[in-house]
Amino acid sequence: MTPRALPGWADLALLPALNLLLALGLSALVVLAAGESPAAAMHALAIGSFGSWDSVGYTLFYATDMAFAGLAVAIAFKCGLFNIGVEGQAAIGGLGLALVMLGLDAALPASVVVILAILAGALAGAAYGAIPGWLQARRGSHVVITTIMFNFIAASLLVYLLVNVLIEPGHMAPETRRFATGLPALSAFGFPGRSPVNLALPLVLLAAFAVWVLVWRTPWGYGLRVVGANPDAAGYAGIDQGRRIIVAMAISGALAAGIAVNELLGAQNKLILNFTGGAGFTGIAVALMGRNHPLGVLLAALLFGALAQGGAELAFEMPDLPRETVLVVQGLVILFTGALGGLLKTPLARLLARER
Amino acid sequence: MEAALDLIVPMLSAMLRVATPLILAALAGLFAERSGVVDVGLEGKMLFAAFAAAATASVTGDVWLGLGAAILASSALALLHGFACITLRGSQVVSGMAINVLAAGLSATLALAWFRQGGQTPALPSSARFGALPLPGAEWIAEIPVLGRLLVGVLGGHAFPVYLALALVPVAAFVLWRTRFGLRLRACGENPAAVDAAGVSVARLRYAGVLIAGVLCGIAGATISTAQGAHFATDMTAGRGFIALAALILANWKPWPVLWTCLAFGLLDAVAIRLQGVPMPMLGVPFPVQAVQALPYVLTVILLAGFVGRAVAPRAAGQPYIKER
Repeated sequence: MTPRALPGWADLALLPALNLLLALGLSALVVLAAGESPAAAMHALAIGSFGSWDSVGYTLFYATDMAFAGLAVAIAFKCGLFNIGVEGQAAIGGLGLALVMLGLDAALPASVVVILAILAGALAGAAYGAIPGWLQARRGSHVVITTIMFNFIAASLLVYLLVNVLIEPGHMAPETRRFATGLPALSAFGFPGRSPVNLALPLVLLAAFAVWVLVWRTPWGYGLRVVGANPDAAGYAGIDQGRRIIVAMAISGALAAGIAVNELLGAQNKLILNFTGGAGFTGIAVALMGRNHPLGVLLAALLFGALAQGGAELAFEMPDLPRETVLVVQGLVILFTGALGGLLKTPLARLLARER
Repeated sequence: MEAALDLIVPMLSAMLRVATPLILAALAGLFAERSGVVDVGLEGKMLFAAFAAAATASVTGDVWLGLGAAILASSALALLHGFACITLRGSQVVSGMAINVLAAGLSATLALAWFRQGGQTPALPSSARFGALPLPGAEWIAEIPVLGRLLVGVLGGHAFPVYLALALVPVAAFVLWRTRFGLRLRACGENPAAVDAAGVSVARLRYAGVLIAGVLCGIAGATISTAQGAHFATDMTAGRGFIALAALILANWKPWPVLWTCLAFGLLDAVAIRLQGVPMPMLGVPFPVQAVQALPYVLTVILLAGFVGRAVAPRAAGQPYIKER
């Protein structure tokens, strides 16, 4: 029994929507098991994420993280690689960014140093992504395992540096001093409300467009997709698979560093521990739900940004539900759109075929 | 001599304690991956089991019921993994990651909602925990000079799961390499088509592998919350599932090396805790504890890269088996 092809609209819109509904439905059962009303939780989630300009701003702020993470996972997926290392690449990107800020923020004009910091962050993230890429391409080490290990190595490195080297002298908290400048918030350009949504949002839209052009509109991107879809064909076509893999992982790492730009330059204005807040893992759900397409990733990122912000409000409104409740939704979405993909696809294809 | 023993004995004892959940989880991964199903969801299964054990033990006051609940909870997630990977032939890595995220969300939500203590379960009285078991014949062994104290100090006074984990290593080695079931299970991970041609169900064997992994992760989780700890706390497994995965790789997917690797990781951890805040000789800066903690991951990457030794994974691990018609 081969899985029958779905019509395009069903594959791109109906199936993700059904998977999301299924995930939300099961999450409602968990809320019920926690002794709360799913309807009230849903209401709190909706109000918390879109109920005011402040909450819309926060939703967009979190969505920026999710979009960077989703794009990072998606471009690696397109090359047939599962990059679980977005967390670590974002952390190292944040380190590169912070080093430039700490070293140069007094010496250079604000706009110059911010641009330099973003470039340094992207470069550091790219390097940290390229190493597992190189190990996969040249040494045959599986990228899934190496990126998992690299996450922990990055976390250890960051803890060591923040506790022993980069810590602000005379302070207890493991964080650097405040940067002299950062990315302006969108409220400076007339976005209503008070929220940390900042120039990283237009930056991620730009990045999404760039990824689309690169992967779908250039010969290089075509080669990337061939390597992902059929490595044997890529070999026969004379495409250098190894180089595609390394560069795809580097781009993935650079995109992951966008999380650091949004969080550290846009909101925190200093390097702190665990600033990614798990966004790197959410990126897996975002990419799967967005079908690894930049537009889909942006839409899915908005959804997960709303879940992150709504989840925080939900924890506030309903003391019996922690923030982590949204992880249930996230996990189920990954499960249904990723691993259990065939669950709805086959019956749906059969149903649609019968109607025609 | 006595001074050296004072230093070594508690450290080796801590090594055994720390290594126990790692051994159990790595053996879990061994059964799953030998059957051909990659399991990056060890962490999630352990976390959910840790919650189930602490919650059940706290409500019933019975640590054995807690262990049973942990095994059930972890096995439920394992079945889900099996359903996604074996029946639906979905991506094994994606399913494993989904289980990690799902378990983090479920355990935190239910812990807060059911116990209302900020995401923790109530502290367990010692009657509802795995307590220290006396080493049989300890008083005689202790009579032996030096060695006696070493044996009693290191091996004695541990909780039940420690001994269980140590006993399960030879059991796993025997089952996997000396029984028909083990041969078939390993064949599923190397060449499932051959198993199929012999008229044996690949799916059933892989479900068995995944389910054994569920049971072992359940014991590992119960160990963390009801033997090492006395309650459940959010994210209390803290990456042990991934360290176990690293140990499994470094051990080349073999049971005895799994034991040695996990013990080495346990020793690293015990040493790291010991060296916390101790200034390094000559350099004067504090000892980089994080470097020791990151060592398992660095070693795994080096091995995987083939610079030292060679990691040979089960050949068919990670690939769904599709029967040819």
